[in-house]
Amino acid sequence: MSWTTEVDRHQCMGSGICVGIAPHLYRLKDYRAEPVRREIDPDESALEAAEVCPALAILVRDGDRVVGPQP
Amino acid sequence: MSTTAETAAEQSPVPYPFNEPAGLDLAEAYTAALDRPGLLRVRMTYGEPAWLATRYEDARLVLGDRRFSRAEGQRHDEPRQSEERRDSGILGMDPPGHTRLRTLVARAFTVHRVEKLRPAVRELAHGLLDELEAAGPPADLVDRYALPIPVAVICRMLGVPEEDRPRFREWSDAALSTSSLTPEEFARNQEELRAYMAGLIEEHRRSPRPDLMTGLIEARDTGDRLSELELIDLCVGILVAGHETTASQIPNFVHALLDHPDQWKLLRERPELIRGAVEELMRFVPLGSGAAFPRYATEDVEVGGTLVRAGEPVLVAVGAANRDALRFTAPGRLDVTRTGVQHLGFGHGVHHCLGAPLARLELQEALAALLARFPGLRLAGDVAWKNQMLVRGPRVMPVGW
Repeated sequence: MSWTTEVDRHQCMGSGICVGIAPHLYRLKDYRAEPVRREIDPDESALEAAEVCPALAILVRDGDRVVGPQP
Repeated sequence: MSTTAETAAEQSPVPYPFNEPAGLDLAEAYTAALDRPGLLRVRMTYGEPAWLATRYEDARLVLGDRRFSRAEGQRHDEPRQSEERRDSGILGMDPPGHTRLRTLVARAFTVHRVEKLRPAVRELAHGLLDELEAAGPPADLVDRYALPIPVAVICRMLGVPEEDRPRFREWSDAALSTSSLTPEEFARNQEELRAYMAGLIEEHRRSPRPDLMTGLIEARDTGDRLSELELIDLCVGILVAGHETTASQIPNFVHALLDHPDQWKLLRERPELIRGAVEELMRFVPLGSGAAFPRYATEDVEVGGTLVRAGEPVLVAVGAANRDALRFTAPGRLDVTRTGVQHLGFGHGVHHCLGAPLARLELQEALAALLARFPGLRLAGDVAWKNQMLVRGPRVMPVGW
């Protein structure tokens, strides 16, 4: 199953933490984060970014199942 | 990369930091630096010379880009205000080591989690104002209001007894002092604070409680996700960072608002502006006495027209970046009605303040309660400012109402 990731731009506070942790997965546009690509390879750093985001604005899915952040 | 970029050899360093410890002004030297192209070459009392970034976009690049490292500082003579080299703990680490520790504490400080504390913080603020009202003016806003709020909140969250406040106020003052202590005094202070925290950790091990310290102990004891010293230093860091900065910004914000009576009046009349006002005050008030925690370039990077060579440190003056006219209209004006103020007061990138959502909430509630209860608040004596500290703010601030 392939992974996807998204950023809720209304929740995002633009801390830039995800970009610092995983610059290959997230970038800033107009001071808010967005995924570089929606479809990603399984990647531990996507889970870390989702876990550390202060706004919990990042979602990582494996198919339909949410794998990050952990509930 | 531009061929005209300046390099280190072309400028002789100027003494740094610029800001006066007393008051909240942004030093003139920053205004000059903001107006000239490129980065400025500066020298602090100790350590090697550094570049100083003052413009908003430059600051964001250095704080947010992985080509700049905090951990690299350990291999260099870091620019600093105090003689001894200090272990800055999680703030001295890069990913992935930094991420491992931050993941352990991040969940306790998310916007959602922190929002649940709002009613308790509001009650705390009003309770303290009840006490002030009963005792009558004048009162020291720092000791009776600004310190007790963040101290109580972080103590409850972490699992530290609130009644130890006088003890760790001393330790925390020393931990953030820049040059008032000898290296031996600083080391002794750090050992005392660590011993105190190690004792609390042992108590929590024996009788677990629903607090952050217990959670971290579990991460160590069952998950082996951090070392015992990392556990101790993380708790110490959360305790110190969790109150000192907010305790400084509460009176700083009050001071700035009393200095701009029209803005105080506006907030009194329109309390719904409080969230935006806190962001604007975060932008407007330069908290730091100077930039600290230099970032080292791990490869050649051009920053705002200056070529920073691999191995060179860059200091980021967020107080100046928050007054960059290229980013903010009329940057020197305090305007609580501004919207979407994306300031750098909490930093940027992987080291973005862990406690930012909590600090925001405490600042909003502390100011809102004061505005509502003491609309005629005024200074009732001379403000005594902290000296030789990383963060600026009143040590004593007598107020009447």
